[in-house]
Amino acid sequence: MMYPDINPFVLFFASIFTSNILLTNFLGMCSFISISKDIKSSNGLGIAVTLVTTITTALNWLLEKYVIIPLELGYLRYIIYIIVIAAVVQVLEMVIDRVSPNLYMVLGIFLPLITVNCAILGVALFMQLRNYSFIQSVFFGLGSGIGWWLAIVLLAAIRKKTENAPVPAPLKGVGITLITIGIMAMAFIGFAGMINVR
Amino acid sequence: MTEYRKILKNNIWLENPVIVQILGICSTLAVTNNLRNTFIMTIGVTLVTALSNFTISAMRNLIPRKVRMITQVLVISFYVIMVDIVLRAYVPDVSKALGPYVGLIITNCIIMGRAEAFAQANTPIISFWDGFTAGLGYMFVLVVVAFFRELLGFGTIFGIQVLPSTFSKWTSMVMPPSAFFVLATFLWIVRGMQIREEIKQVSGGEKK
Repeated sequence: MMYPDINPFVLFFASIFTSNILLTNFLGMCSFISISKDIKSSNGLGIAVTLVTTITTALNWLLEKYVIIPLELGYLRYIIYIIVIAAVVQVLEMVIDRVSPNLYMVLGIFLPLITVNCAILGVALFMQLRNYSFIQSVFFGLGSGIGWWLAIVLLAAIRKKTENAPVPAPLKGVGITLITIGIMAMAFIGFAGMINVR
Repeated sequence: MTEYRKILKNNIWLENPVIVQILGICSTLAVTNNLRNTFIMTIGVTLVTALSNFTISAMRNLIPRKVRMITQVLVISFYVIMVDIVLRAYVPDVSKALGPYVGLIITNCIIMGRAEAFAQANTPIISFWDGFTAGLGYMFVLVVVAFFRELLGFGTIFGIQVLPSTFSKWTSMVMPPSAFFVLATFLWIVRGMQIREEIKQVSGGEKK
């Protein structure tokens, strides 16, 4: 099989800025909107997503190459991916609890939420569809996670300001947040000319 | 019968999963620049929600609480795989255009939400109805958003040219940011109507 000819570092920066998983592919919106009320939790969730995305993308790539393709299990792909994600989240939760109780305090409540975060499954599916090599997949996973992290922290900071702004009643809360995200997405499109990866 | 009507009204209007509960936004935004894809996607989501609600409700007394979540995810992914296979066989071009978003139905929060909030505590038939109507509520929002995005972005509806060719297309409508703006505007209108309804009810009650 041929891998696409993209420098992993370019892919890394592209997945942070020009094709941000959240602002151009809309993945992980649910938790993005509900958690971004507060910078601290946004930061915690961002770290957790980055960690889990990187690990699961690598694992899923290996499974794809050595289990799914040789055994022709394509029709079980979604189930395998989601089980890997659930398992990684579970193991990570136990490891963090053991190694660093402090970090567990920050991330603990977010980890279970991540299993159903579409960004993580989405990155795995994109990696498979676009046929990335192992190195490319890892950089893609890491970049997407960081991109997600960046976006949620930025949004949390902006939301803090809009909280006290005079917004029409029906637009309060989610409505104004959606408009804010739209403007952010437009700003990120400005990066598009910088790197071109598709 | 009244209970069924109440669920229908709740899921489509009063507690619409997308507009009021803000669930399933990912796919709401991603697939809505083309009406045909949107339509097929929402039919898929409706079927998966209804059937997985039915199954989970039928199994609700057999699942230990601890493995509840993972069982639900497995049931949902089973139906998503079926939808995926059907799409690939009958409408391969749509399946290609939707790309990973078919697989992402698994993590669509609406389905998990309905399974958790309704199917867990109700009998299979009514759970099926609840899932089905939640899917319809989702369809309602997506089709409206897609209608405006396709109309203004390409000047077409279901791929048929509607606006005269002199109409200058709004390229931004096809791009990601507009999805947020269109959804926010729609949300604005719907919430506005709902708030007005509430005020009317409250003031009407006071007069009596």
